[in-house]
Amino acid sequence: MAEENIELIESHDHPLDGYLREGRIPHIFCPGCSLGSITTVLVEAILEAGVDPKKVAVVSGIGCTGRIAGYLNFDSFHTTHGRAIPFAIGLSVTDPDRKVIVVSGDGDLFAIGGNHFIHAARRNADITVICVNNFNYGMTGGQVGPTSYVGQFQSTTPYGTVEEPFNLPDLAASCGAVYVARWTALDVRRVKDSFVEAITKKGFSFVEVLGSCPTTYGRRNQLAEGKKILEYFKEKAVLQHGMDTKKVDIEKDGPMIVGKFVDIEDKPTLTDHLLEIQRKGEAALNKGGKK
Amino acid sequence: MSEQKILPREVLTGEHFTTGNHAAAEGAIAAGCKFFGGYPITPSSEIAEHIALRLPQVKGHFVQFEDEIASIASILGASWGGYKSMTATSGPGYSLMLENIGLGMMTETPCVIVNVQRGGPSTGLPTLVGQQDIMQAKWGSHGDYEPIAITPSTVQECFDLTIDSFNFAEKYRLPVTVLMDEALGHMSEKLVIPKEEKIVRVNRKTPTGPPEEHLPYLPDKDLVPPMATASSGYRIMTTGLTHDERGYPVINSEAQEKLVKRINDKIRLNKDKIIKVEEYQLDDADIAFVSFGSSARVAKGAVNRARKKGIKAGLLRLITIWPFADDHIEKLADQVKKIIVPEINYGQITREVERAAHGKTEVKGVFKLGGDIHLPEDILKEIERS
Amino acid sequence: MSRIEVRFAGFGGQGIGLMGRLVGEAVSLYEKNKNSVMTQSYGPESRGGASSSDVVIDTADIDYPKATELDYFVVMSEEAYDKYIPKLKKGGILFVEENLVSLDEHADKAKKIYKIPATKIAETLGNRIFANIVMLGFVCANTKDIVSEESLIEVMKKKIKARFVEKNLIAFQKGKEHSQEG
Repeated sequence: MAEENIELIESHDHPLDGYLREGRIPHIFCPGCSLGSITTVLVEAILEAGVDPKKVAVVSGIGCTGRIAGYLNFDSFHTTHGRAIPFAIGLSVTDPDRKVIVVSGDGDLFAIGGNHFIHAARRNADITVICVNNFNYGMTGGQVGPTSYVGQFQSTTPYGTVEEPFNLPDLAASCGAVYVARWTALDVRRVKDSFVEAITKKGFSFVEVLGSCPTTYGRRNQLAEGKKILEYFKEKAVLQHGMDTKKVDIEKDGPMIVGKFVDIEDKPTLTDHLLEIQRKGEAALNKGGKK
Repeated sequence: MSEQKILPREVLTGEHFTTGNHAAAEGAIAAGCKFFGGYPITPSSEIAEHIALRLPQVKGHFVQFEDEIASIASILGASWGGYKSMTATSGPGYSLMLENIGLGMMTETPCVIVNVQRGGPSTGLPTLVGQQDIMQAKWGSHGDYEPIAITPSTVQECFDLTIDSFNFAEKYRLPVTVLMDEALGHMSEKLVIPKEEKIVRVNRKTPTGPPEEHLPYLPDKDLVPPMATASSGYRIMTTGLTHDERGYPVINSEAQEKLVKRINDKIRLNKDKIIKVEEYQLDDADIAFVSFGSSARVAKGAVNRARKKGIKAGLLRLITIWPFADDHIEKLADQVKKIIVPEINYGQITREVERAAHGKTEVKGVFKLGGDIHLPEDILKEIERS
Repeated sequence: MSRIEVRFAGFGGQGIGLMGRLVGEAVSLYEKNKNSVMTQSYGPESRGGASSSDVVIDTADIDYPKATELDYFVVMSEEAYDKYIPKLKKGGILFVEENLVSLDEHADKAKKIYKIPATKIAETLGNRIFANIVMLGFVCANTKDIVSEESLIEVMKKKIKARFVEKNLIAFQKGKEHSQEG
């Protein structure tokens, strides 16, 4: 029959089969959005990092990036807006071998969740935080966010953004993160390598990925296609490993300094401290004799 | 979760003279609590302080977070990590926790929140008693959910009912609130902690089938789905979005109807197993108090005094405040000519009693707006007026 | 026995809370068929200023947990005296640290007033911090319905740090032996 001849393309397994939730694809990301490739890179990095997939938990807050957790076939937790980090800490300290990865957006992690971020870094919680920074609130339609740069146009800054943005690597570093890096979504190879380093790092690791959002950011800022944003990244990105994080802030039309900025070894983590406190509690109990 | 043996150090068997706050902390430990995430707030801080000392002795963890929002989020995470978990706070902190209490309801995450109530609104009376968070515990987070909240009246009950609350949380998979109050939290009285073999611990159901066939939100007959622990190979899928049995987000009315109905009905259908009341001198009563928490102590005293004067008074004490004891109230309304509701607020439970009494008897609230509990005379007056 | 209300009061640092806790625990755990509830002032005032702790004792269940009309008022500072003396029941009993409290006409309603230089006595033992225990010994010796000496000593041995127990028991004894009645 003619129909049999139509079957020309053999069905191959996708390399990520088994690591994406069956029935959840296609994802909701817009054409030109970098979250699809970041999702792929994240799975590849988890596999390359050599951690037991059973021991991986992915936690996210709310927003476009926050949807990544739900596509991944690891233990995945889609929590409330801004609260992924404290939820992740609860998950992390209950099993020192568990690898907990928070992946969320700039608004989720640094506006509503900003307080949790700085304290998690301060206490060196043993989690990896990945922020996809698309410079605005995408899911809700393109409002200004805590990383929107001065002069950027968004739906709630029709006259242009006037407030200074956060410099995320500097914030993370100054709060105590043991690993801090920034990349553009264009540079998937370095993003992946950096994810692997962050995931295998003991303590609070942070990776910022500058992502493309043509729909709600690009459209208002003469970058209405994903490709245009990536080209812009290519033009502006300057690789400077070890750069002083104070000098990596992003300005309109300015350079985007990327690289690995912080990599500290052997700083005791929150979990280390809690286990040490258990030893002290045990000792106090034994010393006290009777209860 | 794996069943561990109760360690002797988790149950401080014996007689103690201690506060409601310490009793609640010891109750939590006896119930198997292994994680506490909290933020200091008067008048609940002694719970955090005591459990910070005790949890490390029983292989548990205490973390003081940056705020109440983080505290409740952390105990949800710890619960999925397989630990029984709790936090403690007071009204202002409970207000902040409501967001993630909703997440706990939607994702069906067992945990316990102790709210040692003080006078409000706002900062109100930090060091003084209130019972003004009763409705907040019922309706505070957005959307429809059916909470369980327990109101102890004695230091002994702060211990016993905290254990019950953990057991309810585990059995029905939801955040359970222990609604204490400042008077109870700070008063010292006798607490008898039984031997460890007398402590009943309920642990959540866990899935037993092959992980690849696991549907995380497929309920059993009791409407409660088994709960997988993180890293157990079941690839947990959970979201605060409306979801189907796979845990996948589904944004439509059919999925909403099915899920939200179930998370409410699992409590409504089991309410007879959850609702606990104490009936005191009710058999021949023709006038009754309905009360709870520290107010109920005074109501009981008023019953005794009234009886001495020949008045047939009785007390229905609500131990479980949510779900509400509608049937008990209705039965009582058939029996007595007046129900008096003393409470330290401006009429939160009074309205519930009115609703459940269906107009069959007079319902009269005796309100104190916080700062002190009623004097026995305050409520005795209301009896004598009858 | 009917309800008895005792208030201990003084300034922060005198160990007023401990007095209430010791008496409350002694009654609750060591006296047959008696209940007690202890409450204490809380918040900023417990960290300085007038501090108080109440013990309510009854053979029946204790409904209202706080003191309203004091049967006994044990007071160790002027400020606490001024603040709480109106709460003393007519015909109630007053115990005062005689060098730290000057009485006024409010004290007239007391059936009896017991005076002791508790702080001075404590100083003879090497530290004024024992003044509260001296006072407890004094109260114990002069009352019948609060708590027995045996119960209190039992609790002190259990609750006070081992290396301080002996000194406290001596302080208690000193208070007990003091017999000045005003």
